[in-house]
Amino acid sequence: MIQPLNQNIDKDWFLEHHIMMHRIRAFEETAARANQDKLVLGAIHLSIGQEAIASGVCKNLMKEDFLLSTHRGHGHTLAKGADPEAMMLELLGRRGGICKGKGGSMHIADASVGMLGANGVVAANINIATGAAHAIKLKRETNISCCIFGDGAINRGPFLEGLNWSGVFNLPVLFVCENNGFASTTRTDAMTSGEGAAARARSMGITAIEVDGNDIVSVDEITREYIANIRNGNGPHLISFNTYRLHGHTASDPASYRPAAEVEAAWKEDPIERCSELLSRLGISREILNEHRKIALEEMERVYKTAKEAPWPSDDNAFSDVQDLGDPREGAF
Amino acid sequence: MVKMTYAEAAKLALAEEMRRDPLVWAIGEDLGRGGVFGQYLGLLNEFGPERISDAPISESAIMGASVGAAMAGTRPVVEMRFADFALCAVDELINQAAKARYMLGGQVKVPMVIREPMGMWRSSAAQHSQSLESWYTHIPGLVVAVPSTPADNRGLLKTAIRSDDPVVYLEHKNIWGYEGDVPEDETLIPFGKGRLEKEGDDITIVSWSAQMHIAANAATLLQAEGISAELIDLRTLWPWDRQMVFDSVEKTGRLLITHESVSVGGFGAEIAATVAEQLFSVLKSPITRCAAPRVPISYAPPLEAKIRVSSEQIVEAARKSVAVSAGFK
Ligand SMILES: Cc1ncc(C[n+]2csc(CCOP(=O)(O)OP(=O)(O)O)c2C)c(N)n1
Ligand SMILES: [Mg+2]
Repeated sequence: MIQPLNQNIDKDWFLEHHIMMHRIRAFEETAARANQDKLVLGAIHLSIGQEAIASGVCKNLMKEDFLLSTHRGHGHTLAKGADPEAMMLELLGRRGGICKGKGGSMHIADASVGMLGANGVVAANINIATGAAHAIKLKRETNISCCIFGDGAINRGPFLEGLNWSGVFNLPVLFVCENNGFASTTRTDAMTSGEGAAARARSMGITAIEVDGNDIVSVDEITREYIANIRNGNGPHLISFNTYRLHGHTASDPASYRPAAEVEAAWKEDPIERCSELLSRLGISREILNEHRKIALEEMERVYKTAKEAPWPSDDNAFSDVQDLGDPREGAF
Repeated sequence: MVKMTYAEAAKLALAEEMRRDPLVWAIGEDLGRGGVFGQYLGLLNEFGPERISDAPISESAIMGASVGAAMAGTRPVVEMRFADFALCAVDELINQAAKARYMLGGQVKVPMVIREPMGMWRSSAAQHSQSLESWYTHIPGLVVAVPSTPADNRGLLKTAIRSDDPVVYLEHKNIWGYEGDVPEDETLIPFGKGRLEKEGDDITIVSWSAQMHIAANAATLLQAEGISAELIDLRTLWPWDRQMVFDSVEKTGRLLITHESVSVGGFGAEIAATVAEQLFSVLKSPITRCAAPRVPISYAPPLEAKIRVSSEQIVEAARKSVAVSAGFK
């Protein structure tokens, strides 16, 4: 789908998106390789095909804004500003991992950039993000909270409870649904009654919209507009981004439950290629655009090499960060 | 010392902590009107509806939003209304609150207090009467507090609110009106320190929460027949005061544990196992547990009474323990 060309588009801004989307893709491809190399031990969920949402949303957040993410959270974390090396070390469970090797892919987080965690429990982040927004309101601060979740999450209770809560307390929170068509190996449509996330949100009085999540311009624009509303005290907003999960549910899922033609068609809507197309029509050379991918791959290759060579965390880490009661190996604790 | 009830002591503690720290706030259903047991009565006037906040009937959001609010720098005091309803928020407590600090490698802390009124009270039947304290002791990351007196309720709640970790704070519904002396000054009670309710030489009785009062009555009855029981109120179950229990069992050589909750898998089993591992050689008789049968709690008073562990049962068990002691070794 080719958009009419808007000459007012800020080229530099979208070049940065292009770079970030390539970094996410390269990180995911490298993680997939690490998974094949049996160096990633647990399950990992790749966001290949969904990079425009991560980049488009997170670029419009400030560092002080909170972000809560899902099991498919590498892209969000990277786009929020986390260091890919510390992330890759975490995926491999090595020393220097961003969570000291205790969380892995599904608990990837970087509190120093406001990223308060991916989550291994579908929809659990909705209430947590809502609560972070509640804290912002109580403290009279000006940042916001953002929660990204999948289309499968809207069938769990926290979607109802968290959205209702955010409306009742008029909280500064942006809900982002990644409507990628699948919840694990099941088509989400088949298990969802009614019109989906945006309609459900509107029924609770929350401003909500459905947007093409593979078009970086649309993602960027709607996110910017909604965040401005939220910062102006207009309460929670929800965006449901339509996208497609180009790979399997996990890195080891061949996703043979979907027709090849469907996947092929989806690749034609690849958000990165669509962004490249836009930028080349705006006069950026293909060479420069291709260079973005090359640089991203080199970066992630370095990161992977560092992670592979890193030692395991020291054993003491198994017993720290439990609670403030001293060493669990000693005495009463 | 000032006389006040168990409920008033908790209210005082919360008010003191809210005055001290503007980041402390309370959230739960019907808090504005004082909480369903009146334990928040009057606080709305002083602190306003943002800090004594009503909540929708959304237990998983009450718990889950508090996890987020705690990570984001406030100190929520979460009111669960009845311990039984906290079961609607198990993921938020067990998978999120208890583990966030660890899973994220210490990048965040979750300073929140989860108040769960528990226990048998006024024919409330199986969904409004449970004591589930032992479940929580099983979960790394949680502190578990089970106060039995007004002084402890004040001192422990204050410590809980200042704690940087989630604290499951189990108040017993049947003793909201129980009166006792509370120190005039702000006495904080540390986690993991038991209270010696009564000294004795013949047998150690360990209890907590409302059952502690039933055990105290049993100790008085035993005294009248010449058996000197030492009674320990653990006050917190995680951490628990092993040293106080060990010291006492070393002196008496006998141990009886009594709790209102189900005996099977109850925290009494943990205490019994620990003492058996550490002090087997000083035991003069088998360790005894007096706790509830593994059946749901009934409605009709005579049926409900079958679940309760009475002072008489404790006296009987203590007598037996003292009687067999001669031949045990
Ligand atoms: C409460 C819960 N139930 C089930 C799972 C297993 N699970 C992990 S991801 C997933 C699918 C989630 O689908 P969606 O929310 O659409 O996110 P997506 O994977 O498409 O990004 C499921 C069922 C889980 N992690 N948590
Ligand atoms: Mg999905």
